Amino acid sequence: MSAFLSYVLHGIAIGCGFALLASGLIIIYRVTRVVNLAQGTFAVVAAFTAATVLGTGLPHGLAELVAVLVAALLGLVAGVVAVTKPGTRPQASLIATLGLAIFGYAIEILLWGDQPRSFAGIAGSFELGSVEFPKQYALIVVVTLVMFGLLDAFFEWTYVGKALSACASNPYAARLVGINVVRMALCGFALGGALGGVAGVLLTPMSPVSYDSDVSLFVNGFAAAILAGLKRPLYALGGGIALGVAEALVGGYSKASYQSAFALVLTVLIVVVQGARERNPRMAEE
Amino acid sequence: MNVIEVEELCVRYGTATALDGVSLAVGQGELVALVGANGAGKTTLLNALSGVARRASGRVAIQGRFAHVPEGRQLFPDLTVDDNLRLGAYRVRERDTAWIYRILPELERTRKQRAGNLSGGQQQMVAIGRGLMAQPDVMAIDEMSLGLAPLVARGLIKTLAELNRERGLAVLLVEQSARLAFSLCSRAYVLEAGRVAASGTTRELAESAVLRDVYLGGTTKASA
Repeated sequence: MSAFLSYVLHGIAIGCGFALLASGLIIIYRVTRVVNLAQGTFAVVAAFTAATVLGTGLPHGLAELVAVLVAALLGLVAGVVAVTKPGTRPQASLIATLGLAIFGYAIEILLWGDQPRSFAGIAGSFELGSVEFPKQYALIVVVTLVMFGLLDAFFEWTYVGKALSACASNPYAARLVGINVVRMALCGFALGGALGGVAGVLLTPMSPVSYDSDVSLFVNGFAAAILAGLKRPLYALGGGIALGVAEALVGGYSKASYQSAFALVLTVLIVVVQGARERNPRMAEE
Repeated sequence: MNVIEVEELCVRYGTATALDGVSLAVGQGELVALVGANGAGKTTLLNALSGVARRASGRVAIQGRFAHVPEGRQLFPDLTVDDNLRLGAYRVRERDTAWIYRILPELERTRKQRAGNLSGGQQQMVAIGRGLMAQPDVMAIDEMSLGLAPLVARGLIKTLAELNRERGLAVLLVEQSARLAFSLCSRAYVLEAGRVAASGTTRELAESAVLRDVYLGGTTKASA
């Protein structure tokens, strides 16, 4: 029983990271109709930046903040490359984000080398009966909840948030009322970059990150986004945690290497079922 | 003074010519109808006025603030009625929606509902309200009556007449239903295959034999 509980707690913490990645993916997808294949890169760059900045003696908190800002800036750059050229179709933008992710490898290896990097998070753990709950897990959960609270407030209560939702809902009408849709798309990319960055700095103390970790981060973030129906960023919290717990149980009771395969199989299954529902409206109505 | 002036406007989609040398003017506080069959270029003209459709040649000049109420309402279906209205004020700073509910009181009780869940008539009211939030000097409304019950459409026409009288709002009303458009407007343009086929006062046009057969007669049958 204690093993089960410990897997679940681990899954919730990891799942929160997936949820952050997924919410960034969903925001970018909703505003631009582009699946951003460079979403994992934001997390990796933030992790490397945090490790470097911590190495210079900057305290925890501030270092992670710098890393998240760098990720947001990277998101903005990705947006400029992927969507600012007039007439770019979402498919072309998608390939541009893939190119950016691969180009990111070269930059990362150049700057930080090809060895995995990590940094210490919060040490120690809470005792929950017979189960130990690392304080870093608690930090991940708390920060994620705060981030989702802020996201909700941003979309519910701010005019810019509403304008972003308007672009996602009806880009033509958004243009007619005077919203600069490209600027909003860049805003979405920057927000997506920041969310990816938060995931990166939170997850790195749990397991070291290397330049190619972006693939597994993207796969898990994308699976969580798909689980959330690619609709509202807030749904990603449920999608991420569900995926994290499921993966932790798969890893705990069978092999850890099956975790990513599980995420992939789940994604494919959902996409196939949704595709069938869209082709067959009668099935969708049921 | 004219709030809208269009001279020799051409718009092309690839090799297809949607507008071919269209000239049109709407004066301050004037009610002008733009009628024509499907595919005549009416919507393209409005898109050119809002800058959504790129013009190949010609001149478009708009004095003051312009609002475009598009065909098919084009609301933000996931957002509430109030949010839809507030987003209409994106270019201006005044975002209080209370005055819209005074003009369109039926919307008051729907303000917290998702716009996508409203009836067609209510959605058209939101679309007009959203346009008004831009505090326009001139408002172009595309196919306002499409899909609406005649009574609802006539109610909206009455609202537009009031807005014109009380606020001096100029309206360019695009309609397939010439009869409805002529009931509001004093002047009209008839668009055919991307060109202005006829223009003049609505009284003159209503009496012209060709127009009566093609548009007024046709629409009477269609709405009967």
